Amino acid sequence: MTNQTKPSASGETWTPRIVAFFCNWCTYTAADLAGVSRMKHAANARVIRLMCSGRVDPQFIVEALAKGADGVLIGGCHPNDCHYVEGNYKCLRRYQMLKRMIADMGIEPERLRLEWISAAEGEKVKRVINEMTETLTQLGPLGLPQKFDEWDREMEHFAEHVAAREAATGSACPEHGGKPQTLETAHA
Amino acid sequence: MVANLKLWRLLMPKPKIAFYWCASCGGCEETVVDLAEDILGVVEKVDIVLWPVAMDFKYKDIEAMPDKSIVATLLNGAIRSTEQEEMAHLLRRKSQYLIAYGACAQLGGIPGLANQFPLEQIFQFNYEGGPTMANAQKTRPQVTTDDQGRTPTLPAMHHVVRSLDQVVEVDYYVPGCPPTPRVTRTALTALLENRLPPKGSVIAPDIALCDECPRKATKPANIAFTEFKRPHQALMDPNLCFLAQGVVCLGPATRSGCNAACTVGGMPCTGCFGPTSRVRDQGLKILSSICSNIAPKEEGEIEKVIEGIPDPVGTFYRYGLAKSLLRRKATLPSK
Ligand code: SF4
Ligand code: FES
Repeated sequence: MTNQTKPSASGETWTPRIVAFFCNWCTYTAADLAGVSRMKHAANARVIRLMCSGRVDPQFIVEALAKGADGVLIGGCHPNDCHYVEGNYKCLRRYQMLKRMIADMGIEPERLRLEWISAAEGEKVKRVINEMTETLTQLGPLGLPQKFDEWDREMEHFAEHVAAREAATGSACPEHGGKPQTLETAHA
Repeated sequence: MVANLKLWRLLMPKPKIAFYWCASCGGCEETVVDLAEDILGVVEKVDIVLWPVAMDFKYKDIEAMPDKSIVATLLNGAIRSTEQEEMAHLLRRKSQYLIAYGACAQLGGIPGLANQFPLEQIFQFNYEGGPTMANAQKTRPQVTTDDQGRTPTLPAMHHVVRSLDQVVEVDYYVPGCPPTPRVTRTALTALLENRLPPKGSVIAPDIALCDECPRKATKPANIAFTEFKRPHQALMDPNLCFLAQGVVCLGPATRSGCNAACTVGGMPCTGCFGPTSRVRDQGLKILSSICSNIAPKEEGEIEKVIEGIPDPVGTFYRYGLAKSLLRRKATLPSK
């Protein structure tokens, strides 16, 4: 894989990372077919095989985003074709609500995509991955891990502020120097 | 032997306990008081060294104590301000056990919902725009002000509301909004009798609320929602499982231990006890469970049904937003 580079400040080396949850009975087989018949599609998707699209717990999708994916693709059997009869419908309903919810959380809903792809549709796997790579490239990196780090830095900022004040007032306590701020240091 | 034990009791100092509050509504304090005469039993066995809501102590007294000299601190409320953050650090250092008491300390709670709004908008509303606000000078709290040569300081607000364990290490969690007297008693007894569960445990049964809900017998094995109703929109059957009545109930994704106080009282569970140990993200788990049971199979029809839940974040993450996988609205500033 050549695209594991993290989004750099300049954004030059960045290409989107897609986590793809594919159902064993259709989309995964189709992806396999696409591979065997040497169809060229963007190498941005990491495929995870599950037995059914109904097994895709919304926790998996959001965890993928939280750990650094830029988008999540789910592939399942066409309506009426699910090996477990109802799994793809369950997946569709969860997906629709999840899209609304991540939009409320400030994440573009286009970062999620659900497609029905049968075992014979290798061509569709290629098209969908290419399209999604294109969409995510337009949207740019999601970068949640970096956001989490950034949010947590606000506590360090305060520690620095306290340290600066102590340095200014000369009331720094050697025992607590450099440590996270404490009452002793802040109200000294 | 018995005499020895009595003598030992007399000579041994009583264990020191602290209660503290951060970003909370005061309901957790109420629960401690709700222990009624049991609180006297507790007070008899322990030495309360800090309890700002009920007794007068100074932070200085705590600072002066040796590290780890408080046996347990029960801290309620989320961490929003720099002062709360400092107190969390201080009490962590002074306590052998730091216990996150109540939903806000455990999960961020209701104050955690502020993670959906920029701090500026919150200040703007509360000090300027709010309908009951009369503040022509648009005065806002300042971290430092100049007052005739003195510079008094106020705590600063963080942009992010955090659960206690997102700030310092936590030993145990007592869930609930607020915790019930029963779980509080269980926790205090476990502490005083030194029968503590493994570190990191939530002190409540590790099974979903439905298990102790009297409506469980009527919980349908197969549900097919054709619409979602909110409790005020229909006359509720007092005995039938809420899900069977088309009302979102978080019972299946919420830890038990509250004696099903809400469902017994005629309201669906809103999830304040948090998830069981097997669930990472309570909101996503209940979303998954509820939505997979929507009746229609076609996109447009499904959309109509899910519109019956107008605020998914507020519904599924009423208490758990700060501890959810996404934590807060991703587009908000951090500075
Ligand atoms: S009313 Fe709620 S808690 Fe009670 S059985 Fe039904 S889903 Fe479970
Ligand atoms: S088996 Fe393919 S979606 Fe269920």
